[in-house]
Order: sequence, then C-alpha cells, then structure tokens
Amino acid sequence: MSEVQEYEYSDVTGKVGELTDLQGEKMTLNMGPSHPATHGVLRLILELDGEEITGCDPDIGFLHRGDEKIAENMTYNQFVPYTDRLDYLAPLANNVAYVLAVEKLLGLSDALPQRGQYIRVICCELARISAHLLGIGAFAMDVGAMTVFLHTFTEREKIYNLCESLTGARFTTSYTRIGGVIRDLPEGWVDSLARFLDEVSHAIDEVDKLLTKNKIFVDRSRGVGVISKQMAIDYALTGPNLRGSGVEYDLRKNNPYLIYRDVEFEIPVGSIGDCYDRYLVRMEEMRQSVRILRQCLNQIPGGPVSIQDRKITLPDKSKVLTSMEELIHQFMNVTQGVDAPTGEVYFGHENPKGELGFYIYSKGGGVPYRLKIRSPSFVNLSILPVLMKGHMISDVVAVLGSLDFVMGECDR
Amino acid sequence: MTLAELLISTLKIVGLISVVLPLIAYSVVAERRISAAIQDRVGPNRVGPFGLLQPLADGVKFLLKEDFTPSYVNKVYFWMAPALAMIPSFVVFAVIPFGSMLFGEKMVVADLNVGILFTFAIVSLSVYGIVLAGYASNSKYPFLGGIRSSAQMISYEIAMGMSVIPLFMLTSDPVFFSQGLSESWNQFLMGTSDLNLSRIIAYQSGSFFDWLIFKQPLAFIIFLAAAFAETNRLPFDLPESETELVAGYHTEYSSMKFALFFLGEYAAMIAASSLMVVLFLGGWSLPLWGLDQPADNVFLGLLHIIIFFSKVSLFMVFFIWIRWTLPRFRYDQLMNLGWKRFLPLSLANIIVTAIWLWFKS
Repeated sequence: MSEVQEYEYSDVTGKVGELTDLQGEKMTLNMGPSHPATHGVLRLILELDGEEITGCDPDIGFLHRGDEKIAENMTYNQFVPYTDRLDYLAPLANNVAYVLAVEKLLGLSDALPQRGQYIRVICCELARISAHLLGIGAFAMDVGAMTVFLHTFTEREKIYNLCESLTGARFTTSYTRIGGVIRDLPEGWVDSLARFLDEVSHAIDEVDKLLTKNKIFVDRSRGVGVISKQMAIDYALTGPNLRGSGVEYDLRKNNPYLIYRDVEFEIPVGSIGDCYDRYLVRMEEMRQSVRILRQCLNQIPGGPVSIQDRKITLPDKSKVLTSMEELIHQFMNVTQGVDAPTGEVYFGHENPKGELGFYIYSKGGGVPYRLKIRSPSFVNLSILPVLMKGHMISDVVAVLGSLDFVMGECDR
Repeated sequence: MTLAELLISTLKIVGLISVVLPLIAYSVVAERRISAAIQDRVGPNRVGPFGLLQPLADGVKFLLKEDFTPSYVNKVYFWMAPALAMIPSFVVFAVIPFGSMLFGEKMVVADLNVGILFTFAIVSLSVYGIVLAGYASNSKYPFLGGIRSSAQMISYEIAMGMSVIPLFMLTSDPVFFSQGLSESWNQFLMGTSDLNLSRIIAYQSGSFFDWLIFKQPLAFIIFLAAAFAETNRLPFDLPESETELVAGYHTEYSSMKFALFFLGEYAAMIAASSLMVVLFLGGWSLPLWGLDQPADNVFLGLLHIIIFFSKVSLFMVFFIWIRWTLPRFRYDQLMNLGWKRFLPLSLANIIVTAIWLWFKS
C-alpha cells in the first residue's frame, strides 16, 4: 500500500496563512447570553469585519423550561399560570390567547357572555400598551436614550397597579379561566382605567416628542434593519414587525375574535420596514389600543363574566359548601379538568409581539395530548441572520430593540 | 525659580486641586440627582443631608471593592491605563486662568504663552489611557471600545483645534491690545503673547456681546460638540456605549482602577468646561459692576474665582442634561459628522474670519 501523498506546498510553508492575513482576520464576537442589549438571554455569535457584521448566528434556548411538555401533564386550567411566563411583558394577553384556544377546542367560542368578552379585550389591549411601552422604552435605551425607558416604565407601573387590583397579582396575572375570567372587575376599576388612559395618552405624546423627530434617533433607526414586504412574509413575521414592513395583517381584523368586530380601530402599517417604521407602528398601536379601551369602557354591558355551565367553570364557592350538586362539579372540575372532545385545534391570537398561537391536540379528557405554542418572538428572531449582515455593531442593538422580542416566549 | 515662587506654585496647585476634586465628586452627585429629576426619580438622598455625602460613600465603596486583575491581561499596561486616562485631565488645569488676581498673584498655575497649544497637547494624551485600557484588557469588548475611542478622539481633536483658530485670529488684534484696554488690564497682560489664555479673557471683557460665544457661534458649537466627543459623553459615548459594548474600554476594570477612569471622565468634563468658559464665556470676568477688570483686592479676587467655577458648573449641568436626553450616534455617523461636517465647517469659519479681518483692516 504505497500511495503518493500530494502536499500543497504553499500550505506547508504557511503561505495561505499569509494571504489571509493580508485580507484581514475576522473577529468572532460573542454577544450574550448575558449582555445589556439582548433583553434576556439571547446569544448572538457575530462575525465581525472591523465594526461591520458579516455573519450572525443566534443561539437561543437559555430560558427553555419545557412549557409544552409541562402542559401535557396538567389539566387545561392548570396551565394558565404557565402562560404568564411566556411573554412576561404581557401576561394578560397570553392568558386570554390560551383560554381562547381551549375554548375553541371545546366549541365554546361564542358561548362566553358579552361582559366576559369585553373584559378579555380590555385585558388584551392593556397588555398591548404595557408591552409596547416597554418595547419602545427598551429600543430607545438601546440606541442610547435612557430617559424614555424610565418614563415608559412609570406608565407601566400604573398598568401593574391596575393588574394588581384586577387580578391580585402585578406580574403573574393568571386571570382567565376556561369559560371566562376568574372574577369580575373590582369596584371603581373602570374609573381608574379611564384615568390611566388619559395619563398614558399624555405619556405617549411625551415619548413622541422625545423620539419621533429626534435627529439622532431617526439617523439610528431610518434605513436600519430593513425588512422588505416579501421578506417579512417569507420569514412568517407577525405583529408590529410584519406591519412595519407594510403588510396589513392583524388577527383582530383578519380573523376577528371576542368583540373586536364591535370596536373601531385602525391597523397602522409602515412603508419601508426599517426600525423607525416598526417604532412608529408600535406608537400608533398604543394609541389605537387606548381608543379600543375607551370604547370598551363605554360599551361594556352588565351580566356574568363567565359561562354558567358548571361542567366548565367553577361554581360559586358559597354554594359548594352547602349544596351537593355544586360540590360534585367543583370536585370534578378541579381533579379531572374540563372534559375536552378529541380533535386538533389551532388558535392564533394577536399578541403584542405578534401571533401567539396555541395548537392543541386532544385525545379527550382533561389533559392535552400535545400542546404546541407558536411564539411570535421565536419566529421573529428567525430573520436575524439575514437581517444583521452588512450592519454595524451599533445597529445590532437597534435592530434587536426594534424587533422587540421576549426570550421567555421564544425559548418557552 | 526661587523658593518663594516654588512655594506659590505649589500653593496654587494644591488650591486648584482642592477645588477641582470636590467639584468632580459633586458633579457625580449632580449627575445622579439631575438625571433622577429628568427621569422622574428621586436619586441618592440617603447619605447625609440631601445625599450630599454620597461621594464619600462612593469613594469608600470603590476602595473596599476587590481589585481584580484578570489573568489574561497585560499587567503593566493594565495598571498604567487608568492613571494615564486621569492625569492629562488634571494637567490641563495648569494653564487655565481660574481667577484674576489674589494676593498679587495671577490665578493660573502656569502662565504659559502657548496656553492653548499646551491644552491641546495634553488633551490628546488622554486617548492613550483609553487605548491602552482597551488593548491591555485583552478582551473583545474593551478592544472595540479602545479602537472606537482612538478613532473618535483623533477625529474630533482636529475639528476642535480648527474651531479655535478663528478665536485667536480675532484676539491677536494688536490695535485692541495697545489701545482698547484699561490700565489694570495692561498691567495684567504684561509679558504675555497672543496664545496666552489670559489675553482671550481680556478680549472678551467689556460687554456680554464681546464674549466669543456671540462673535464666533459656529466655533462654539463645533468646540462644544468636539468637547462631548473628547470626553466620551453621550451622544458621543461610543467607546463605552453601555448597550453595545457592555462598558467599552473599562469592562475588565474594577475597584479603584475603575474609579480612576470614572474620575478621569469627570475631570475631563470639567477641564473641557473650563476651557469653554475661558474661550467663549469670558473666563472669570463678568461685564457687570466692573467685574471684567482684574481684581485689585481679595474680595474681588475670590469673586472672580467663584464666577469662573459657576460658569463651569453651568456647562457641567449642560453636559449632564444632554446625556440624559439624547440617544447615541452610530460609529460611522460620528465619523461622518466629525470629518464631513465639523472639519469643513471649521475650515470655512477660519476663511470667513480671515476675510472679515482683512476687510476690516
């Protein structure tokens, strides 16, 4: 066995190395998982040529908790608290999205009393304002404007106060249940919400003054991270990121659920699809949310907030302790869960970050056989490798800020 | 140099440092309190009355923190960098006239006839501290910060240097200095030449509109922006831009070494403010109640020093205010601004001023 081995002569002497030296070496920069601009635990492996990015490899999964698997081991209602921890900037919206999916499985989509539907819409829009306030604040902070972040946080604090009086928790709300919500609006809550709406409108205008016409801010975001219409569709972007690229697609309009048919609002869309457009879309969406909330407050009817079918919702606690029937319902509901038919169902909900979808595969009984979460942040981040190329390091933070993702939802 | 002169110089240095150091410490407090006010927060108010002892607490904290040196750094440079970053900012004060006369002495440590050149020479040195810090840390984020800062400082130094040329073109007016000044001024300026910083103050005495900020507004704007860039303050704080480079060149530093960078930054801000006060706002003079003449008694002498540091404080507040209001430039935008806007503008300013002077004569 004698084989002539050919050596690349230049290689042996290391001349190839010299040549690459002439072209310059590329630097690999590890951004994250613990970095001030990555909003959580996103890790970007950047390939740099000077300050310019020639490659970007997002590495996710640092916050993976196995939510989907956890869902297979508990009844439908028990999973509600886990949805708080998906997009932890808008837990109320996640709660609503999840129970709507389960209700679709149960065939209860239209059975919810009007008041319950209105309350859910109020929750969603409140969550949207809260999430966008943070998204814009963090975006501004990423490009260097610290103050905006704190101003928006002051407003979010008020939303937390509202959440607290509504649900008992500021952050992990777990407010909805299958067939309704856990409790009716507390006394005086509508008034404090109305007051908040006035204040937040003022705050949005303030942010507008600080950023929208700020030369440096516009320079940093105009023409940066441009996502074309086709690209946005190809990468299945949803939410403000998709609308920023000029695609008028909003599940609240395109596939109306709850009482979104009965309220007037507009879908803002961008034109170019750069960071600035995404910022503008978020600003306008907050204003539209305020508009929706005002209408809801005017239109909200009285009546029950939950379906009165005791096979689905829990009976009144006082009755449970006195009447046999209610005791049985309570027992069955808590131990076995709501009995779902077999089948598959997908429900997409317009969350602040985009389409939060729950796909449920049920083999009957109170526990899902498989629950898949389509998280908008995960899908939105898939565009990063193509989007980052050719930008500078400073643009990375602007793009990340404008995509407005949450790792809790991305990693699930 | 006699012993008496040496003693007087030492006293001046000690006196100046004992004013500047507390000023640095309290500008940190001011920064925190003003930023808090801007952001609708409270800010530090627990240490001492109104949080006024906060600098002490901060200093003690910095001293007590573990002084950690990573194993992979170049130790000599790593230790040298913080000192190099801080010292130049202090040395600049040597030529800045922070008062007129006190006990028959000119209130400037070194009354150099090449004052402005000296400041530029020294200010350029501070870039070495930052570049060395970035290089010695042997880590990627500091490295990027170091590169950014060297490019930024060199670029803006040019614009800065160019922007002050028109000032000295105006102030090297022999007619003004032979006829336009009072006797006390003439005595005060005895033996100085055109680039001495006292002369520029003399030129600005008289009325508010003699201040060079009104005569050379363009130069002022360029100098101001360049000063922001030189001191690494937002909107030009790219070398340490928190959200991109974590902390830039001082990412690997801790304890007192970090504090030195921190102090260096504030000292540089005060130095830049002082320079701007001298160049554009009439230095220690105030064209009211005869305060634009060199002092002939102790009271006026002290008043001039107070006026000077009040003006400096105004600039410091401005520095802080801007930092908490504006976003940050991108690296290439910063370079564009420096090379494509400020440099041509300052060159044009020189030419326009020259033409104007030519017509006037």
